[in-house]
Amino acid sequence: MSDDSMGRKGRATRSLTSLGKHIFLIFGILLVLLPLYFTVITSFKSKQNYSADKFGFPSPFYTGNIETALRGGRYFVWFKNSAILAVGSVLLSTAVSAMAAFAFARMRFRFRNSMLSIVTALMIVPPVVMLVPLFLLLTTLHMTSTFWGAILVYAGLVTPFSVYLLTNFFKSIPFEIIESALLDGASSWNILLKILLPLSGPALVTMIVVNTLWVWNDLLVALVLLPQDDLRPLMVGITVFGSRYNNDVPVAMMGMLMASIPMLLLYLFGQRYFIQGLVAGAVKG
Amino acid sequence: MLRTNKITPWLFLTPMLLLLIFAFGYPLVSIFNFSFRRIRGATGPFIGFENYRQVFKDDVFRETVGHNLLLLIAVPIMVIISILVAVVLYERLKGWQLYRSILFIPYILAVPIVGVVFSNILQLNGILNEFLRSVGLGRLGLDWIGNPDLTLWSVMGVIIWREVGFGIVLFLARLLSLNEELIDAGKVDGANWWQRLWYVIIPELSTVIEFYVVISIITMLAWVFSYIYTISRGGPGNATQVMELYVYNYAFRNQLPGIASAVAVLLFLVTIILIIPIFRLRSGDELEETR
Repeated sequence: MSDDSMGRKGRATRSLTSLGKHIFLIFGILLVLLPLYFTVITSFKSKQNYSADKFGFPSPFYTGNIETALRGGRYFVWFKNSAILAVGSVLLSTAVSAMAAFAFARMRFRFRNSMLSIVTALMIVPPVVMLVPLFLLLTTLHMTSTFWGAILVYAGLVTPFSVYLLTNFFKSIPFEIIESALLDGASSWNILLKILLPLSGPALVTMIVVNTLWVWNDLLVALVLLPQDDLRPLMVGITVFGSRYNNDVPVAMMGMLMASIPMLLLYLFGQRYFIQGLVAGAVKG
Repeated sequence: MLRTNKITPWLFLTPMLLLLIFAFGYPLVSIFNFSFRRIRGATGPFIGFENYRQVFKDDVFRETVGHNLLLLIAVPIMVIISILVAVVLYERLKGWQLYRSILFIPYILAVPIVGVVFSNILQLNGILNEFLRSVGLGRLGLDWIGNPDLTLWSVMGVIIWREVGFGIVLFLARLLSLNEELIDAGKVDGANWWQRLWYVIIPELSTVIEFYVVISIITMLAWVFSYIYTISRGGPGNATQVMELYVYNYAFRNQLPGIASAVAVLLFLVTIILIIPIFRLRSGDELEETR
């Protein structure tokens, strides 16, 4: 098979192989979409409808699962808790990382390169490794079952990525811009706040998207640090919800559908940032 | 570089250092310390390598490590799928951006959501088996998450389903950043599609492939907790017990943080060994940059 564009074998072969490629991709897309399709149709089936017909369209179109799911799970509380954790830790990490990245990118000091390497390496250390001491430490400090404790942990865990991303971005900002500000007598603080950060919009958005996703999607840390019913973030909530409605598949599916809506909406509108952000750690530039 | 006095850089670094010492520094030192102690409450007596001895003696632990190693089979599968899809997308067929957006959706979904959804789809009387029956493949309808021999493979399938989108987008991003003439040169030479893939594209992708392989290996060894916890909780029996769940159970169920810390130390050491190649790549990049 060849899609030789020099035209030796002509158009027919080319469109045939390109048809093959489309079929390959469509097969992949079906594999991705089928579970999602199952989730959506099941969410709108009554229990009887589900047992009678598992993958056809819902008939009748049944919205009762929304009510059952909202009664069985405390979705609004979970959303609120997840939002508090995400906003708190992302803000904290952003502030701390911007300052550090400024120093890494634009200042000279001892151990700079080795410190940056270590911070970068921390990105890959799995959270489960730190979990036991963190739990014992927070217990001693009476900070388990508080948002503050969890926010500190999340902010710490996402900070290596933030520092890495911002340092690279700050390095890419032409030094002449900073130099001219220096001539005007700007302090280091002013350079960071008035020049570097305003120029870093795309990097900041990328960073915020990735870190929010990280905190929003985490299960393990929250399971350990915030077990109480009224402090549970969304992921812990739906995990409990999922096992409670193990025997009522339509309600379980509706619960999952509702839980995934915020991120899907964000993806729909800010897709560019998701894709850019999530590969940012791997591909330079 | 800014000219600053000696203290200014450290003023800017201090908040980060404090936060990282809290979240990484202290815990990483502590797991080593705890792993040599019988912890009750916040600390306990020194017992040497007793925790490690117990862990290595435990049949369940050996089984557990085996499960994590088995999950590594997913890595080459994900690499092959992502390269093939990325290369096909790179040819910019009609609608390639839409294909890319859809293929990336699973990676946007939270793992616990994916886990609960699949735990429902894969039930014995679930949607998948019903679907197989309806297309005449009823004999393939197995007890995906009830049969101990099968459950780990089902979990692996779910992991691949969600994680492969990241590989696709990663490789595609790298391809799009390459010099197009280089890849087109292969066409002029009359190389066919597979030859071009093997001799031109894969060598160009090699650093990213290495990165993706390392990241995926670490994922399979130490970042699958949410899948296991939501799909099978380590069961049936111990059939899908993995190291993270082992740490979690020992620390928070059995109240034996010493044992949990010993396993955490092992996981940490494995991670460190695995990230050395990435480091080598990264520092190579930096050298090129400064030149």
